[in-house]
Amino acid sequence: MADNLKDIEIKPGDFEPLDKTAGPDNERIAAPSLTFGQDVWRRLKSNKTAFTSFIVLVLMFLIAFGGQAVYHHDPNAQEPKYANLPPKIPGVGLHGLNGHLNQSGKDVDVYAAAGAGKDVHYILGTDYLGRDLLARIMYGTRISLEIALIATLIDLTIGVGFGILSGWKGGRVDLFMQRVIEILSSIPQLVVMVLMATAFTKTGMASIIAAIAITGWTTMARLTRAQTLQLKNQDFILAARTLGESAPKIAWKHLLPNLSSVIIIQTMFTIPSAIFFEAFLSYIGIGISSPQASLGTLISDGQKNFQFLPYQMWYPAIVLIILMLAFNLLGDGMRDAFDPKSKR
Amino acid sequence: MRKYLLKRIFYLFLTLFIVATVTFFLMKLMPGTPLQNEAKLTATEKAAILAQYGLDKPVWLQYFIYIGGIFKGSLGLSFQFSDQAVSYLIGSRMGPSMQLGGQALVVGIILGIILGAIGAIRKDTWADRLATILSILGIAVPSFVLAILLQYYLGLKTGWFPVAGWEGFAYTILPTLALAASPLAETARFIRTDMVDVLSSDYIELAKAKGLSKFGIVYHHALRNSLIPMVTLIGPLAAALMTGSMVVENIFSVPGIGEQFVKSILVNDYPTIMGVTIFYSALLCLLLLLTDIVYGIIDPRIRLSGNGD
Amino acid sequence: MENPENVIEVRNLEIDFHTYAGEVKAIRDVSFDLRKGETLAIVGESGSGKSVTTRSLMGLLAPNAEIKKGSIMFHGEDIIKKSEKDMQHIRGKDIAMIFQDPMTSLDPTMRIGMQIAEPLMKHKGLKKKEAVAQALEMLKLVGITDPEARINDYPYQFSGGMRQRIVIAIALVCYPEVLIADEPTTALDVTIQAQILDLMKDLQNRIDTSIIFITHDLGVVAGMADRVAVMYAGKIVEYGTVDEIFFNPQHPYTWGLLNSMPTLDTASGSLRAIPGTPPDLLDPPTGDAFAARSDYAMKIDTEKQPPFFKVSDTHYAATWLLHPDAPKVTPPAEIVRRQKKFAEMQKPEAPFAHTASKE
Ligand SMILES: Nc1ncnc2c1ncn2[C@@H]1O[C@H](COP(=O)(O)OP(=O)(O)OP(=O)(O)O)[C@@H](O)[C@H]1O
Ligand SMILES: [Mg+2]
Repeated sequence: MADNLKDIEIKPGDFEPLDKTAGPDNERIAAPSLTFGQDVWRRLKSNKTAFTSFIVLVLMFLIAFGGQAVYHHDPNAQEPKYANLPPKIPGVGLHGLNGHLNQSGKDVDVYAAAGAGKDVHYILGTDYLGRDLLARIMYGTRISLEIALIATLIDLTIGVGFGILSGWKGGRVDLFMQRVIEILSSIPQLVVMVLMATAFTKTGMASIIAAIAITGWTTMARLTRAQTLQLKNQDFILAARTLGESAPKIAWKHLLPNLSSVIIIQTMFTIPSAIFFEAFLSYIGIGISSPQASLGTLISDGQKNFQFLPYQMWYPAIVLIILMLAFNLLGDGMRDAFDPKSKR
Repeated sequence: MRKYLLKRIFYLFLTLFIVATVTFFLMKLMPGTPLQNEAKLTATEKAAILAQYGLDKPVWLQYFIYIGGIFKGSLGLSFQFSDQAVSYLIGSRMGPSMQLGGQALVVGIILGIILGAIGAIRKDTWADRLATILSILGIAVPSFVLAILLQYYLGLKTGWFPVAGWEGFAYTILPTLALAASPLAETARFIRTDMVDVLSSDYIELAKAKGLSKFGIVYHHALRNSLIPMVTLIGPLAAALMTGSMVVENIFSVPGIGEQFVKSILVNDYPTIMGVTIFYSALLCLLLLLTDIVYGIIDPRIRLSGNGD
Repeated sequence: MENPENVIEVRNLEIDFHTYAGEVKAIRDVSFDLRKGETLAIVGESGSGKSVTTRSLMGLLAPNAEIKKGSIMFHGEDIIKKSEKDMQHIRGKDIAMIFQDPMTSLDPTMRIGMQIAEPLMKHKGLKKKEAVAQALEMLKLVGITDPEARINDYPYQFSGGMRQRIVIAIALVCYPEVLIADEPTTALDVTIQAQILDLMKDLQNRIDTSIIFITHDLGVVAGMADRVAVMYAGKIVEYGTVDEIFFNPQHPYTWGLLNSMPTLDTASGSLRAIPGTPPDLLDPPTGDAFAARSDYAMKIDTEKQPPFFKVSDTHYAATWLLHPDAPKVTPPAEIVRRQKKFAEMQKPEAPFAHTASKE
């Protein structure tokens, strides 16, 4: 490996001592340094699935909560003579969207058969009472989302509060609170929900929300507690304590921001679970009752006609599945994005 | 270990006691009696029926009788099926539910493990993506939607499987599939996450350095380490199966507990609702206890020390 | 093979890692040989590329790694070109590896006897029973007391030092030609460290294996190695026999390393760490990578990579200071002292030359 010295070309001045002040700064860090929030956002954006889910969710919320401002159809207006009409979009000739149906082998213009005029069309068809399905699905999605969001909010408040308290107090309080969680989580969630929903069946939406919130918070409480226990003894918390800051203030100013990633990720999984349970309870008939609609009741209604008019169930089911998918995928993406281990 | 067990059993009973108490008083809040066509009955007939159900006594006494009854295995009488004991009702419907639940659990867990392991081993490839999509779908598609779709497309339309009823193994296939989707998905996700962790651990690195084949590494080291914590998932999976069974049994007309539960809810048959509630809770508690014990036995890290976390 | 004495010949190895921030040029033109039966130490700061170099010998690089250039010859064949299947027959049989942290290196759910037996079953085709019997012999060899009783224990039942002995047993059970030990004692406390090092030396004599010993602690090198390669920022900057590196170092980075190493005869005050941090390998400097941290840097150091200059037949260093035209500089006092000692050692009539190499 001896090099031939003659091959090395030396210029005069090459062996001058290096002026360090002018030299290149090698302590510059080349990888751009990002704040935690920026880093999470960057990774979320780079995760195509999670980002798509996010966009899909935004669209679903816009349609569910703002759709009625554009699409002025009363979700509860019954038009018995137009019952069970298939989807019809003006100008579209595609079978399945042109108001025609295959009835015992014959192609029938159902709209004409029902005596509907040229100007009558329902984009997603009508249900068995002649209600506009699109309007009902938008309305049902809104109710489902409202229930899920409120339930999640309550679930979050109880869970985080319980978790912080348990973790922060430690000792006997913690022990007792842990037992409570242990006992609660060995009761099947479904059982509590069914009980709550049957016991307070008159209150409708409120009882479902209560049923979902009461059973869901234990996971959140467990996660927050574990995190609080870790944080409790870290320097910045100890410093705040020695400075005499009050416990609630410490919890609000120091604990919560550090718990936020855990809370956000868990929320992303609580929401779809709440959506599922709402649909489940409504489907078996102890949730939302008519004339209110939710995705669960729409699926249950649609099921009755599934053999002949499958779209009546397919549409609300697809909306439900998309919501569940999007929340779960976003949750997965968030978990990866928040996890510093999975740096890519 | 023994002390721990005794403690766990104590908590099991405490939990069941709380469930029974809460259920009892919740149900007492409700209107509704076993009297089916009240208007036609005379006062003495009414009194006789109420006495048959013990409803003539003060509530606190009813409560003690009920709790006492549970210890003797009695859960009261059904409103809906006059003079049928709830415990008998549950007992006679346990078979189909247990068979369905068991089949779904086994199918779900085995397929889930395979799917999850493929995802972890072939991480970030199309196989992983496919496995992930399948498992996410299993979570996103509610069991009742899946059940309806399976019933229509694989039962009614193609005629491959019986549409509904309970007359032999063929009848169990569709409801098992509908029920298995959720445990399958949960297992697959759990195994994938856990195995990705395991596969990046030092002892896997050492196994590679030994020259073991990819299969050998997965089979002898990764799988075992991922499967052990999997045991703790069985309890929650069973709880989810109970939920699923309510609708799936209903849709496929399986004469199981879930189907009965939904019926009882819809006709306000409170004794049956209470009975099934307590039964479900007991089942879950027992399962959780069992899986905990099994976990302690199969995980060498906590086997001898006797107290894992 | 250029030299029949060599077990492994690495030539012009270049390895990049693909990361979101860009290409990390982790190994930049590394060449070295491993001789039969010798112990070669690779020393250098954290991140200098020691582990990456040795992992490439095992074919165990991370999936985002790419070998850009070079060859790794083993038995006349290039390891880099081998398929994963072929590598599996080399790993654990011809080339074995010991990892840094014994607490996490063993499978927590498998009996240690089985873990030691596994390579035998794989490479020697032994039945489980015979393999476990040999594993027992190996346990004795690495000094586990009461091996018959402990062979069926699980890893958590052993202390850190014991576990590292078990890891060594696993690595040596097939009597490999090459043993790579990646900081095998870093995670252990000092007394245990010495025991493990003794064990490795002892076993090396018994089963006649070459060792690549990785460490960032020059202190353990003296008693362990025959030759030393000093790595900095993905390059080898100096290599030679232990004596040459310890007592006649030429590269300012080696000076810095030696200066920051506590020895019995160092005046405690002169101990000092190398200032600054290693360069960013996403965008390595053009010249001598150490220039920015060196008190002896010259203009050419920022412009041109120094080639290896020959110091002796066995000793080479890549620093422009060795160029005949370069001004003569005075190394730090401690180094001057060492070099004086070296000069004495070189005198043939020296009555008892103090050497730090292996006996
Ligand atoms: N998988 C990877 N992806 C990206 N960069 C990597 C990867 N593995 C190693 N590197 C980079 O390669 C360089 C060399 O790493 P290596 O692990 O060989 O260092 P080392 O000398 O063994 O250090 P230590 O003493 O800390 O073990 C480091 O800069 C490291 O950041
Ligand atoms: Mg290393």
